[in-house]
Amino acid sequence: MKIAIPMDENKLESNVSESFGRAAYILIYDQETNESLFFDNESAESRGGAGIKTAQMVIDKGAGILLAQRLGQNAADVLKAAGLKVYKTIDGSAKENLEAFVTGNLTLLDDLHPGYHSHGAGGH
Amino acid sequence: MNIAVLSGKGGTGKTLISVNLAAAAEAATYVDCDVEEPNGHLYFKPNNVTEKEVAVKIPHVDPALCSGCRQCVDFCKFNALAYIRDNLIIFDEICHSCGGCVMLCPEKALSEKDKVIGKIQKGISDNVEVHTGLLKIGEPSGVPIIKTMLEDQRHRDQDSTQVLADSRHCKCEDPRRRDKDVAQALVDSRHCKRDDSSHHDKKPIQAPKVTLIDCPPGTACMVMESIQDADYCILVAEPTVFGLHNLDLVHQLVTLFNKPFGVVLNKCLGDDHLVDEYCEERSIPILVRLPFDAELGRLNAKADIAVRKSEKYRALFSNLLERVIDEVQHEATAHS
Repeated sequence: MKIAIPMDENKLESNVSESFGRAAYILIYDQETNESLFFDNESAESRGGAGIKTAQMVIDKGAGILLAQRLGQNAADVLKAAGLKVYKTIDGSAKENLEAFVTGNLTLLDDLHPGYHSHGAGGH
Repeated sequence: MNIAVLSGKGGTGKTLISVNLAAAAEAATYVDCDVEEPNGHLYFKPNNVTEKEVAVKIPHVDPALCSGCRQCVDFCKFNALAYIRDNLIIFDEICHSCGGCVMLCPEKALSEKDKVIGKIQKGISDNVEVHTGLLKIGEPSGVPIIKTMLEDQRHRDQDSTQVLADSRHCKCEDPRRRDKDVAQALVDSRHCKRDDSSHHDKKPIQAPKVTLIDCPPGTACMVMESIQDADYCILVAEPTVFGLHNLDLVHQLVTLFNKPFGVVLNKCLGDDHLVDEYCEERSIPILVRLPFDAELGRLNAKADIAVRKSEKYRALFSNLLERVIDEVQHEATAHS
């Protein structure tokens, strides 16, 4: 299984990004090969729908699991349509969170925020 | 004659100025283009209100025809489309209705459907026809509502005053020339003392019916849409450091749009030197200074229209309106 994590820096020792759609990088960790790859998140600077496009990217990279601090509704809708499971990260680095996930210490993320798109109007 | 009232930030007094100018006119239309938070109607309390919905086109997919090429997904600048597990997902509230995805789709799998984004209310308040645009919460842009309101306005102008309509349709490339014709027609009609109208080469027109356009705050798309048809722009500003910064922004905008304009200073406490210096350096006329006045504050807080309650303010706003109408006509002749 491939695990995706939004990151502000392209280092395993760095903390998980506070944002999903606006994270600078997406880390894809492959459990089978133990390989970590960082991808530039093109939608970090996009004019809107960043969560949607980042979710599309995560899915296209073949991830089945996402570890994130939080998630907007639109991104969650896309991930749900693809059947991805989303777990809430704990304070700490990507590496620590991957370990916590493997040992079963992360819980499913179920509190979504309504998003900050639509020029601040938010909500749906 | 369209007079737009704008400012670089909210709370400067756009609605105060535009509502009172409309109330001071013999007959006026007030168009509230601040569609995210229209509040002019709170003052006018219009009667006989009618409503119409405003819709935009958004894409609709026929999954049977979609080949999954993703051209639409890649094209959308707002990321309103995603392609997941052989399914195209469209996020209606992210879509800005550009129509690009529908044009691009090689399989003709995308078509357009209507999405209601808000409504326009029209009503009457004594001498003023009140138009209010209301955008639904969460919609990305109120531009289509503003466009619809101002198009209605344009059509009506054409119907009611043929001379104006003719000059607006003038094929002349230079908009100033066109405006000149409009203004000249107005001047002619106002100054003509003869009773018979046969000496006019076109049918006679009434005194200019004034339309006050209450703009959204700032300088973004919705403001640009609101001032497109304006014959004159009133920039409302406060005589503070922050007020000056915001005035500078709208000043840049109306300069870019090549509109005649003047400044109304609101909440003046006696020391306006910051804005005075700015305006003097650029030869910008300050049309009027509204005092930071408790009486005006009280009237406003009660949602009363100052012009309809106070002789002092009726005189002030009548003078301001006259000054603006003169400026438009002067502007037109100056560019002849």
